[in-house]
Amino acid sequence: MISEIPPEFIVKIDYEQCKRCKRCVMNCSFGCMQFKDRVIPDHKKCVACQRCVTFCPESAITITKNELSYKENANWTPEIRQNILKQAETGGMILSGMGNPRAYQILWDHLLIDACQVTNPSIDPLREPMELRTFIGRKPERLEFSADENGEIELATELGPQIKLDIPVVFAAMSYGAISLNAHKALVMAAKQSGTLMNTGEGGLHKDLYSYADNIIVQVASGRFGVHSEYLNTCVMVEIKIGQGAKPGIGGHLPGEKVGEEISKTRMIPVGTDAISPAPHHDIYSIEDLSQLIYAIKETTDYTKPVSVKISAVHNVAAIASGIVRAGADIVTIDGFRGGTGAAPMVIRDNVGIPIEVALAAVDQRLRDEGIRNNASILCAGGIRTSADMAKAIALGADAVVIGTAALVAMGCRVCQKCYTGNCAWGIATQKPELVRRLDPLVASERLSNLLRAWDLELKEILGSLGVNSIESLRGSRERLRGIGLDEMTLKILGVKPAGVGQ
Amino acid sequence: MKIDCSGMYYRKLNKIIRDAAEAGESEFILDHVNGQRYIGSGINKKIKITINGVPGNDLAMFMNGPSITVNANAQDGIANTMNAGEIIVHGDAGDVIGYGMRGGKIYIKGNVGYRTGIHMKEYKKKVPVIIAGGVACDFCAEYMAGGILVLLGLEKGGDMPITGDYLGTGMHGGVVYIRGGVDENMLGKEVSVLELDEKDLKILKKHLAEFCEHFGFDLEEVMSKPFVKLLPVSSRPYGNLYAY
Repeated sequence: MISEIPPEFIVKIDYEQCKRCKRCVMNCSFGCMQFKDRVIPDHKKCVACQRCVTFCPESAITITKNELSYKENANWTPEIRQNILKQAETGGMILSGMGNPRAYQILWDHLLIDACQVTNPSIDPLREPMELRTFIGRKPERLEFSADENGEIELATELGPQIKLDIPVVFAAMSYGAISLNAHKALVMAAKQSGTLMNTGEGGLHKDLYSYADNIIVQVASGRFGVHSEYLNTCVMVEIKIGQGAKPGIGGHLPGEKVGEEISKTRMIPVGTDAISPAPHHDIYSIEDLSQLIYAIKETTDYTKPVSVKISAVHNVAAIASGIVRAGADIVTIDGFRGGTGAAPMVIRDNVGIPIEVALAAVDQRLRDEGIRNNASILCAGGIRTSADMAKAIALGADAVVIGTAALVAMGCRVCQKCYTGNCAWGIATQKPELVRRLDPLVASERLSNLLRAWDLELKEILGSLGVNSIESLRGSRERLRGIGLDEMTLKILGVKPAGVGQ
Repeated sequence: MKIDCSGMYYRKLNKIIRDAAEAGESEFILDHVNGQRYIGSGINKKIKITINGVPGNDLAMFMNGPSITVNANAQDGIANTMNAGEIIVHGDAGDVIGYGMRGGKIYIKGNVGYRTGIHMKEYKKKVPVIIAGGVACDFCAEYMAGGILVLLGLEKGGDMPITGDYLGTGMHGGVVYIRGGVDENMLGKEVSVLELDEKDLKILKKHLAEFCEHFGFDLEEVMSKPFVKLLPVSSRPYGNLYAY
């Protein structure tokens, strides 16, 4: 069938500027640029990944939206019509990459942070120490101390395993398979440099990364790819993945084309076979079953690693989180509906789940109400874009936040949302050696470390203006937030007062 | 090392086993076992464990090497995500046997529960094997991606069929051998029934010889009834679901 889908973008080449160096032809991984005496773009193939634009030495390329492709209609948007055409041509589910791009209300942008004026002094973070250090893991109900003969006081309470983060941000679970080995290397090097963690995702851990165990979270998902006792012990935390914000309640599927020699070794499956992660874990059909897996992991790691359970933010998230904590998890990771993915059916990504802001507030409140908040740390994922989002999340009750898309963008991602094609022009979401080579792990890790340093500085400024010198003083302090343009019920769920109301 | 497990909490029992194995102990006899979970889980040494009594769930989870003999029935989740080793059960076993298992052997004398061999896989020389002397319940070999699963139906509980519904649903690798054939109504739509060839018979005989030796069955008698094999129709059952 000949495709009738009009091109989404128009590639304009300024032939007066173009020196015919063919760099754009070499750089385009989607086969859009051809050279016949001069560069001829095939507009239909362009995904607006901006690779050619960035690398054209003459700045002779511009990519614009194809405004003429569909007649204007507020109801039948170009996206909807394009998807119908695609489905009419293929009969398949529309696949998509990255997080939910729809214009749902972003609650972070309706929350404002307090500051000190006159009566309570603010603190200058340039001159005074600011504490961002965060410990993740189960905290005891009370602390007991003992004194020895010399009067030296010692902690008598036995603490479970704790993970020290220098900054309350960890990198999100992105599997080797969804992203390239160079991207994994960049993440783990940056995590080490910045005193935080990266997460293997569900694709196992490549041997080259074993030496970074102190900065790694290993994931156990329903496919159990690359999971064995050595893997479970090459980390500081084990995460059981139940759900992902971009695709709550559905499984994953790495197509056989992406399973080359190295992926095959890491996932421990034959080259070229599909890696199918079932929707549920087939040994978990209840909270009791979840508890069984949590303790199986604790037995296997001799109780030295905290165990996290990651769920997507869904309607009943607070009750589910309570069950997870009671099942023995040391950490609950909640992933909101704007969280990213390498591949998900668009209908799921764009319509299923709830925003992380309300989910986080509901979970934190529920665990407090039940008196079990200390039993687990909360990691907040799925839609953290800036240090301000991070500060607001921590004020709503998160112990730390998780960034995936922000980290990819720092590495060079242009959010073209074509991760599932395996053609990533930036060497991130691809396994093609000629494309993977484009991402220099050293450069990318430096970019990631820079991002974290910038957020570290910004977060300290926020704390200073709030008049506190430790992130602990902001954690769960919803009094320091005010809502703007939010309805009463949403304000109630978030536990914040509207802007304009004093103490 | 002999351990009296009566009334002992699983955490203590497993710690004793792990520590002794680390110190060089290679043989364990566990008496009066009564539901203790995670026995043998995550152990990376080629130790031998004999269990007298019924072990609890997740026996040999993430196990990598040991050989375990259970002189009774076993419960759910045996050999969950197991890497290597051997488990011999002189009785029946519960649900989810060998979930995500990628190496080693499980020989069950009697019947097995639901979801046996689900998402079992293989990698290079690691080809996991599950043989059940009896019958299996629903969802057997679901999502199976590799390995060998054999159902013998020797000890049928009354008129029970050799397998429940949805056998091999979503299967995309590996092979299931069934003694005496199977009603096609029981199959998932991703598998088809084929006759055995010489190579199959050779593999089957090798594993069944071991199985019969453990439980005292007569190999010739077991092999006297014809087998069929189940193979996935496609290695990519979910290949054409999407529009790119």
